[in-house]
Amino acid sequence: MSHRFHHLLAIEPLSREQITFLLDQAKPFQEFQRYPLKKLATLRGKTISLSFFENSTRTRISFATAASRLGADTMNLQAESSSVKKGESLIDTVRTLEAMRPDAIVMRHSSSGAAEFISRRVDVPVINAGDGTHEHPTQGLLDALTIRDRLGRLDGLRVTIIGDILHSRVARSNIHLLAKFGAKVTLCGPAMWLPRELDCLAPNVVRVPVLEEALGDAQVVMALRIQQERLHEPSLPADEYILRYQLTPARLRLARPDAIVLHPGPMIRGLEIDPAVADSPQSCILEQVTNGLAVRMAILFELVAGSTDPQEPGKDSIHASH
Amino acid sequence: MLLIKNGRVLDPSRETDQLLDVLVDKGKIAKVGQGISAPDALLLDASGCIVAPGFIDLHCHLREPGGEISETIESGTQSAARGGFTAVCPMPNTQPVNDNASVTRAIMERAAAISPVRVWPIGAASKESKGEQLAEIAAMQQAGAVAVSDDGRPIASSRLLRQVMEYCVPLRLPVIDHCEDASLAAGAVMREGSRSIRLGLKGMPAAAESICAGRDVEVALLSGARLHIAHLSTRRSLDHVRNAKRQGLAVTCEVTPHHFTLTDEDVQYDANFKMNPPLASQDDRAALLEGLADGTVDAIATDHAPHHPASKDVEFDRAPFGVIGFETAIALALNELVHAKRISLMRMVELFTTGPARVLGKNGEGPSLGQGSPADITIFSAEWEWTYRAAESPSRSRNSPFDGRKFRGGPVATIVGGKIVYRA
Repeated sequence: MSHRFHHLLAIEPLSREQITFLLDQAKPFQEFQRYPLKKLATLRGKTISLSFFENSTRTRISFATAASRLGADTMNLQAESSSVKKGESLIDTVRTLEAMRPDAIVMRHSSSGAAEFISRRVDVPVINAGDGTHEHPTQGLLDALTIRDRLGRLDGLRVTIIGDILHSRVARSNIHLLAKFGAKVTLCGPAMWLPRELDCLAPNVVRVPVLEEALGDAQVVMALRIQQERLHEPSLPADEYILRYQLTPARLRLARPDAIVLHPGPMIRGLEIDPAVADSPQSCILEQVTNGLAVRMAILFELVAGSTDPQEPGKDSIHASH
Repeated sequence: MLLIKNGRVLDPSRETDQLLDVLVDKGKIAKVGQGISAPDALLLDASGCIVAPGFIDLHCHLREPGGEISETIESGTQSAARGGFTAVCPMPNTQPVNDNASVTRAIMERAAAISPVRVWPIGAASKESKGEQLAEIAAMQQAGAVAVSDDGRPIASSRLLRQVMEYCVPLRLPVIDHCEDASLAAGAVMREGSRSIRLGLKGMPAAAESICAGRDVEVALLSGARLHIAHLSTRRSLDHVRNAKRQGLAVTCEVTPHHFTLTDEDVQYDANFKMNPPLASQDDRAALLEGLADGTVDAIATDHAPHHPASKDVEFDRAPFGVIGFETAIALALNELVHAKRISLMRMVELFTTGPARVLGKNGEGPSLGQGSPADITIFSAEWEWTYRAAESPSRSRNSPFDGRKFRGGPVATIVGGKIVYRA
């Protein structure tokens, strides 16, 4: 089967068909979130290692819940309690985890490329739950699922992403994914977070540093989280960001009337987004959270149930291409 | 006695390019000519090979004292001999820093006892290379130091740089600088560009190097000192050197094989592609190739920077900077420069011999196959096909981006003071 793959490390190397396949696989799991009894036996007896070398609440809980609803057990590693603090290398820590025989490793790490680095050294499937400022592929997929549900399609959309694009793994996964479907992606934010090299990331990417100009005709508007610590980096006062880039109802009116609003969370009301926008009917923020469960269940199902023997050769292994 | 027969003698010091025999006696070149016979001599058949004056590496890290887990003077110089070098210049960023004569002497003594090649240490410019106070420069020079540098970082302030340079003028010592604007480079792990954006790795702009190179040229003009820019990697830094040379300043520079071979587009999540300065853009590489061809670049230097395997087997942003380079330098120069028809073989030999000697001010006594010169000889093949295997290196480290690469041409034999110290 051509859609089969061993790891999920990034959106960039995936084909349009592989992405569509995963989104289609998530469909039944979306339904399932509404069931009164949310427990399957699909992955009973399987163990998922949740290796979070960087703090995370929502992604970790989402993966843990997805695993649990599929009937799998989880092994948790969190940065504070890990041997990383004792100076052990990432390779040794992950090999130790692997020796406990998990069926997949879900990994979050503050270093770009950490998931790919590990995937070359272990036999079990590795799922990237966010690596540094590189990619966050499950976020890209859940955003795509949300957009496809609301707008009925993914092809050829006009999407505006606002915020700290330079440091955003969410933005990178979304740009790669949407570009594969012919989207016109407009990136918007303060100039130092909007380097010109972003144009080379994918086809049809444009940078527009003025929000009012970036929103015209947008069908999807995505506000990124503004990390407080990043505001110190170029010494941009928060008030200045609010003045020019907060997504307000007035600014949202510049987009298409039926435009939808996404935010990957955690969201700071009053900083990157006006509460009136976050709570408007155009907002999909809570659907994104629910869809996150469906997408992660689909991925775990595909990578774990689909591979009774993770070392079995002959499956397409999808690594970042470079 | 040693008789090297039938080699193609390439000697930039005398502009020789001819099939000749070389007779070595008592550590010196006794005779160079056709059809030499010496029945008592050990015979080295150099048919099909190039016989050149000994290659000098202006820039390496031998890690001893203090970093013996990654390299020692013994392991590093064995690797250098295997790479065809007859003399290497270790940078002072050891632990302790080579900032005084007793450290310099310790390195010289260890090298004398154990090293197959000549070791010409570079002393620190400032105490502990901290950029606050001058190091004991004259005392280190008396102990054997051939230049000063705070390599690993730039000489911190323009004021200190001026003092170091002014102090070095009467000593006739070159000042070598690692050019990097600290604030622009802060936290960066590769070159800033489309590749760093794609990989989500923090990049430093090319200007981080050229700003510092520009400053250095200005201070060289102010002080009248000899400035040598280490591991130059960008077009605009090279422009600074070219302009300075046009104005008659004593400004020189070196380029590493990895910078003239690879670009930032080659960077992967593999710390063997992480070095400082980082791999530069295609345009910068093109500029380096031009500079190597037109004479702006004075020397090829390896910046051999060993790091023990475990320290490199980590997340990209957590790994130390640097790659090993002795054993691939000749092969990369042959493949990327000579076979690619960018420079002549003679120019390549110059970049490894008279070029670096000029940087060090060894003009008259530089590498030469002239009668009476020290018998430091590098013999290499421009044709021999081989595959580089980092695991086979005598170095204690393996951090090369060229592991497994196939080459046409490479070192065949290394002779230091008339003694064969390496033979393939």
